[in-house]
Amino acid sequence: MNKTLLIIKREFLSRVRKKAFLIATLLTPILFMSIFAVIIYVAVNEEKNAKQRTIQVLDENGYFDLKESSKYKFVKIQQDLSTAKDSFNVSDDYALLHIPKIDLDAPDGVTIFSKKKLSIALKEDIERKVEKNLRDIKIRQSGISEETLKKLDPKISLNQINMSDTGEEKSSNAEIIFGIGYAAGFLIYLFIFIYGAQVMQGVIEEKSSKIVEVIVSTVKPFQLMLGKVVGVASVGLTQFLIWVILSVTVFTVGATYLGFDMGGAQAVEQIAQNSPNAEVAAELASNSNIQEKFSSFFEIPFAYIIGCFIFYFIGGYLLYGALFAAVGSAVDTPADAQQFMMPITIPLIIAIIGLTAFVLRDPDSNASFWLSIIPFTSPIAMMGRIAFEPPIWQVALSMALLVLGFIFTIWFAGRIYRVGILMHGTKVNYKVLAKWFMMKN
Amino acid sequence: MEILEVKDITKHYANHTALRGVSVSIPKQSIFGLLGPNGAGKTTLIRIINQIIDADSGDIFINGEKLNSSHIIKIGYLPEERGLYKKMKVGEQLVYLGQLRGLSQREATKKSKVWVDKLSISDWWNRKVEDLSKGMAQKIQFISTVMHEPEIIILDEPFSGFDPVNANLIKDEILELRDNGSTIIFSTHRMESVEELCDYIALINKSEKILDGSKKDIKNSYRSNTYTIEYKGALQAESDSFKVVKSENLSEGYTQSLIQANNGQSPNILISQLINQVEIHSFTEKIPNINEIFIAKVGGQSHE
Repeated sequence: MNKTLLIIKREFLSRVRKKAFLIATLLTPILFMSIFAVIIYVAVNEEKNAKQRTIQVLDENGYFDLKESSKYKFVKIQQDLSTAKDSFNVSDDYALLHIPKIDLDAPDGVTIFSKKKLSIALKEDIERKVEKNLRDIKIRQSGISEETLKKLDPKISLNQINMSDTGEEKSSNAEIIFGIGYAAGFLIYLFIFIYGAQVMQGVIEEKSSKIVEVIVSTVKPFQLMLGKVVGVASVGLTQFLIWVILSVTVFTVGATYLGFDMGGAQAVEQIAQNSPNAEVAAELASNSNIQEKFSSFFEIPFAYIIGCFIFYFIGGYLLYGALFAAVGSAVDTPADAQQFMMPITIPLIIAIIGLTAFVLRDPDSNASFWLSIIPFTSPIAMMGRIAFEPPIWQVALSMALLVLGFIFTIWFAGRIYRVGILMHGTKVNYKVLAKWFMMKN
Repeated sequence: MEILEVKDITKHYANHTALRGVSVSIPKQSIFGLLGPNGAGKTTLIRIINQIIDADSGDIFINGEKLNSSHIIKIGYLPEERGLYKKMKVGEQLVYLGQLRGLSQREATKKSKVWVDKLSISDWWNRKVEDLSKGMAQKIQFISTVMHEPEIIILDEPFSGFDPVNANLIKDEILELRDNGSTIIFSTHRMESVEELCDYIALINKSEKILDGSKKDIKNSYRSNTYTIEYKGALQAESDSFKVVKSENLSEGYTQSLIQANNGQSPNILISQLINQVEIHSFTEKIPNINEIFIAKVGGQSHE
């Protein structure tokens, strides 16, 4: 049996057979869902229970009429400013808005007084309200009626249709695609860190338990490193596959129970037509919104996305896993590893910030393009873009560069690793690492 | 016949030279002591033989064949810095290490079972290494070194950390392995075990081999023609054939003296002269032990 395979097998089995693996695999999705549920619950509750804040308005013009909302209550007062300030100071009210006599064409000097510092959100809210009020006043002055004004304020929601080269039209749903991009990018980020740290810990364990010299007398250090990196990767893949199978199962069971199946919109219609339960059928048929959501949901190329995810997970993990192994080989304890973590974490953090700052906002921008091409950030950034279906040549280029990237880092890490694992108790810094890198075997 | 031949090995590290033109021949079925102070280059040489690192120049031959990866299964190596996977079970660990040396899973299982029975630790087969005492862990390490019946067994400071009972057990196993045909290379700076076990030695100091050969020959070449005698009576300080180096009074009127024979004087001549002067109770040639040779060679050099 090939010795690298033997090492992979040991790394895989020693991790998968642990109870911790089973627990983590089952608990992680539950944990994540609970975190999301709690966040949504808290946010909804906040909205519901938000206290209405009273804001005194001292309007010297006499024609401002700020609309009350669930958040703000406006109380008009008529006093001179200094008396108003004194009485505001002893009141429980939140803020005092002072609108001096203003020129409608150059409104200046609107001031808000408050006891606590105001949040940016609140400041913007009030600004918008005053602006809107001012605009209404000006429109009314130019002789446009209230009704015309209302008509000028239409509400629409865009229906999105993507056209492929062949002219085929597909409805798409930006929110779902955004969600998929975010989840996929974030998952890769997490996987790289979690499994990268496992590789590092494994290397440190071998080094500190001093078994490593026996092992490298039977295999090349490079084989040992590769075996460990690949072994841990297979653990991660196993975990991911379990999640995919679990969620497909849960989804199928749930969908069957609810009367939907993978056929999507047509199926919904069919059920609507064939269902003996007329009531349910009518309800389903009438709910065109759900139907649309489902039809666009099923048009997302899940197989393609999962395929890409597995590729970028493996590629990104190999790229970083090798570096984690090199760091582990250079130190004696996990605490010492801290100093070498910077160069590894920085590109990852750039990638995850870039994911939300550029990629998901505008998947076709220059920044998004480069982030999804450069191997150090591409696993995260390209997964953010993939559901938006970027041009195939970009995906191919990004994948090719990622493969070159991990071949390079594995080679690079291997040179440090082969020396590092046999060094005990040496003080290591970047200069020493460079020396190891250059050392002949 | 030489099983292992080290020819003119040189190894430089960035800041120093670990080995400079070292050549050693190790005869088959012997116990070979590789001696030297800390930092002399022993571990580097052992790592080169184990193909952990490469030499800058020079060659190594095993049974006349240039060192290559097929030799891995012929070597068993117990490094000075040794350990085991703590979370792994004893049995799995032995099988794994055996497989890494090139045994099949079945062979590895069979052979490690034989050995754990032999060292009476078979009850521990399914226990994790972290539950073992240090002595047990050392037995496991020893088994993993020898279970694949290697032709060459390299032991780097094998007795460090062993309690006397285990040390004796291992010593007996080493002798048995030698008698069964293995060659044992022994790196140590514990001279009493060298004295006891080794057939051949090589002494490495400051990256260079400064002495090698059979233990007997080396000791003979360091004979200084001095004899320790115990006697009653008065001894002349000097005679035609010897001079007294130092004397010491023992209890009950006995005296012990160290005498140096003059050139070409055999023990028999000395004795015949001594008989005329004193009543002799013992007469022993003082043969230097390895420890004295070691200190003389290494200590002498470091004063240069």
